[in-house]
Amino acid sequence: MENKLIILIVIILGAIALAQLVRVYEISAKLRKTQEHEISNRDNNLNAKLMLGFIIALFIGFIYLMLEYGWTGRGVAASVEGKETDWLLNLNFVLVIIIFFFTNFLLFFFTYKYVRKPGVKAFYYPHNNKLEMIWTVVPAIVLAVIIILGLQTWNDLVAPTGKEAIRIELFSKQFDWTARYAGEDNTLGKFDYKLTTDNNELALLTTNTIDSAISNMMNGANGISRIQKLLNNRDTIFNDSTSNALRADLSRKERLYRLLAQMKANHDKKLDASAWDDIIQKDTLVLCKGQVYEISLRAKDVIHSAFFLHMRAQMNAVPGMPTRLKFTPSMTTEEMRISKNNPAFNYTLMCNKICGGAHYKMKMIVVVKEKAAYNAWMATKKKETFKDKYFPAPAAPVAAAVLDTTMTN
Amino acid sequence: MASVAHEGHGHDHHGEHHHHEENFISKYIFSQDHKMIGKQFLMTAVFMGVVAMILSILFRIQLAWPGESSDFLTFFLGEKWAPNGVLKEDMYLGLVTIHGTIMVFFLLTGGLSGTFSNMLIPLQLGARDMASGFLNMLSYWFFFISSILMLVSLFVESGPAMAGWTIYPPLSALPQAISGSGLGMTLWLFSMTIFIASSLIGSLNYIVTVINLRTQGMNMTRMPLTIWAFFVTAILGVLSFPVLLSAALLLVMDRLAGTSFYLSDIIVGGEMLANHGGSPLLYQHLFWFLGHPEVYIVLLPALGLSSEIIATNSRKPIFGYKAMIGSILAIGFLSFIVWGHHMFVTGMNPFLGSVFVFTTLLIAIPSAVKVFNYLTTLWKGSLVLTPAMLFAIGLVSTFITGGVTGIILADSALDIALHDTYFVVAHFHIVMGMSAVFGMFGGVYHWFPKMFGKMMNTRLGYAHFWITLIGAYGVFFPMHFVGLAGAPRRYYDYSVFAETDTASADMMLDLNVVITIFAIFAALGQILFLFNFFYSIFRGPKAPMNPWNSNTLEWTTPVEHMHGNWPGALPVVHRWPYDYSKPGSETDFIPQDIPLAEGEEEH
Repeated sequence: MENKLIILIVIILGAIALAQLVRVYEISAKLRKTQEHEISNRDNNLNAKLMLGFIIALFIGFIYLMLEYGWTGRGVAASVEGKETDWLLNLNFVLVIIIFFFTNFLLFFFTYKYVRKPGVKAFYYPHNNKLEMIWTVVPAIVLAVIIILGLQTWNDLVAPTGKEAIRIELFSKQFDWTARYAGEDNTLGKFDYKLTTDNNELALLTTNTIDSAISNMMNGANGISRIQKLLNNRDTIFNDSTSNALRADLSRKERLYRLLAQMKANHDKKLDASAWDDIIQKDTLVLCKGQVYEISLRAKDVIHSAFFLHMRAQMNAVPGMPTRLKFTPSMTTEEMRISKNNPAFNYTLMCNKICGGAHYKMKMIVVVKEKAAYNAWMATKKKETFKDKYFPAPAAPVAAAVLDTTMTN
Repeated sequence: MASVAHEGHGHDHHGEHHHHEENFISKYIFSQDHKMIGKQFLMTAVFMGVVAMILSILFRIQLAWPGESSDFLTFFLGEKWAPNGVLKEDMYLGLVTIHGTIMVFFLLTGGLSGTFSNMLIPLQLGARDMASGFLNMLSYWFFFISSILMLVSLFVESGPAMAGWTIYPPLSALPQAISGSGLGMTLWLFSMTIFIASSLIGSLNYIVTVINLRTQGMNMTRMPLTIWAFFVTAILGVLSFPVLLSAALLLVMDRLAGTSFYLSDIIVGGEMLANHGGSPLLYQHLFWFLGHPEVYIVLLPALGLSSEIIATNSRKPIFGYKAMIGSILAIGFLSFIVWGHHMFVTGMNPFLGSVFVFTTLLIAIPSAVKVFNYLTTLWKGSLVLTPAMLFAIGLVSTFITGGVTGIILADSALDIALHDTYFVVAHFHIVMGMSAVFGMFGGVYHWFPKMFGKMMNTRLGYAHFWITLIGAYGVFFPMHFVGLAGAPRRYYDYSVFAETDTASADMMLDLNVVITIFAIFAALGQILFLFNFFYSIFRGPKAPMNPWNSNTLEWTTPVEHMHGNWPGALPVVHRWPYDYSKPGSETDFIPQDIPLAEGEEEH
């Protein structure tokens, strides 16, 4: 509290001091018979020199930052595609820096050089069609080159991948990432958000997961039966808002239940296999050097963005809308550690779309391995498929029985 | 006199102006005089600007010294949002969001366009007032109410809107996802709805005034570039703000009425929502259909003001007057077909992305024309470096520096790795934020004598300019490097990089300290401006009628404000506004209302 008081007093005294200074300045100006709108040659020249000094200082500062933090500060690109975009980025940078130096220098130099001098009149020069034509056409040509090069690269980056690409899904939610490898068949199992249950967080679509979602919706901790029971219990009386909330909850769940029942009726059992062999990987994303990856993105709650800084790859994950990105890692984690001279370095997958309070902590370590090491790792994972992990026993008859009782009720 | 003064006033004002004695309320509060309304806009915007600046200092402290206790934070935010002097994660996002919203809409749209369009359109066109004084007053009061609502939202228990100034759903639609998406977001949406109404009413008024109320001889091609800029700005506003309103209304429906415009397949807070079929991309398209023209709604008035200031103080005609008009029109047109460059990595169709790359890079052409025309205007001039002139030159510099990085960001292939990083933050703060703020300061210093009949202190103006210029570059220049190193924007704490890449983390934290120190330095510099501004209103020396020896019509009006602007008949215009240092003339300026001398050719 004392601190605040002192700060307040200092501010007030400062304002008073400033006011007094201004008063002194005004009185002296009156004595000198100068007026506020007349800029003296002294002021004019001083500011002109400061302008020149400023631009030189800015250029020096820029060069210092470049030397201190490197050309782009992010190290070499760690993917085949990233190398291509970095080349284009460097080209653009050279161009942009030239324009930046040239035009800023002219601006401040002219300010310095053509500051008012006694007896020199300004040059009346309203227009010159030829000059104007030059600085319309030259930028247009330069831009045409930039556009053509940029679009060529862009088309490569977004072109569809072929069969050689390994398919991975990145599932995002507040505030973590989960990876899903397509497994032996290199086909990602289908999903529907309504199938989300405790042992099916990624909402994969199989006969069993439909059944367990239906059973969960009906008999789960906050399932339909429980809400019905609450509402029908004559011993408790809810106030209006609680009762309305419960009813809204119930009708929403009944609607979801009907949709799940439809899904069950229309389900094609052949789809199960593609989901059963998927591998769900939570802590790290392991990739293979030199392999093209076709990555599908999915969001559970709000928009997230998968940002592979070192691979120069980024795409938003949007609730309700599938998105994709592709890249080919070209440097293993070990190689990058050597290049960065930091044995603790790791690639990361960051979230780069504001998604809530802990947005900044939402990330996943990415490890890129040589082919042999990758294959060895993958071999250990093959025993941890979705089926093995979450639906090991043939649980289908039990779930179906539950469903039958609820349906007949 | 009174009857003469009101001759051009038209029948729409009859009755209310017959008495000259006005009471306090009709003169200062519910005024229908464009000059007073302009000043009201300015005062409100300056206040909002100060609030937004303080918010930015609060979160800059967190970014420079993450997790360290600060009395300053507790002083402003209290124990709730800054327990033990450490900013809460949610409130960090709230501060960022409200800082952006106030700066973009309330300071740079309401403050810049609202102040100077109101002040200058009638004065520079030779009109008695705006086409509709009443609508003009309404426009200000809507602006005022929306400002109040936005400020109130800072004080609600669940916090202000926290989804970023672009308020992308689903984050902004789901209170379960972040606390600010509750009442805070509702207030944000109501505030912006009223703001849009204000902006629309104002813009329509500006357009009608420019088209209908030009004085005799004031052809479209004799209008000062300020008016051209305000005119095109108003058209952009009329065409794009309603789209933002529709985006906001659909969001309100999703939040309150259970519709699914933007929501699909969501599970949040353990709750499975039944919404299906909506698209978050729809919101982004609607938002950026306003959002991109908005950049030019902010920038064009600043460019217009600086054109006028630079020509006057170079004592030279603006170079390529028609090319300047052409580039304003070209920028205005192109600004409507580039919005997708904000969405290259949102999942939008990549082919659509390539179209937007093409249109976006085209904008560089008229922008380059403007820059080169400014440079040629300075060339062989006789420069008078008033504080306004310095700010105008500063604007051209930031317009270049921020503009060139736009060439990189507009290239979709390069945007992939830079999207939503600090590189983007640096880019738009320099090209849009600083340029517009410099334009606004320049405008205030230049037209202060016209607004208040007093002069501002020049020395304080110089000090303010140098602190602001050095501070602005000191804040935003290093940000490019932070962004190139891969720092995502809207991160609460960059020390998270330390776990995987210590070198990057060290660099980001070092530069963040530098940035914050410059930001505090620049913010303290604004105290000089505020002091100078308010002190000069009351105690400044009396202004002469035409302090800068300028040609435009506003300097032919008396220093004391009056209804109807000119005591006698309206001035008649005989020439363009840029006859500075014309050969054959004795003075180095010839105001627009001076007839052509015998044998003199129009430019």
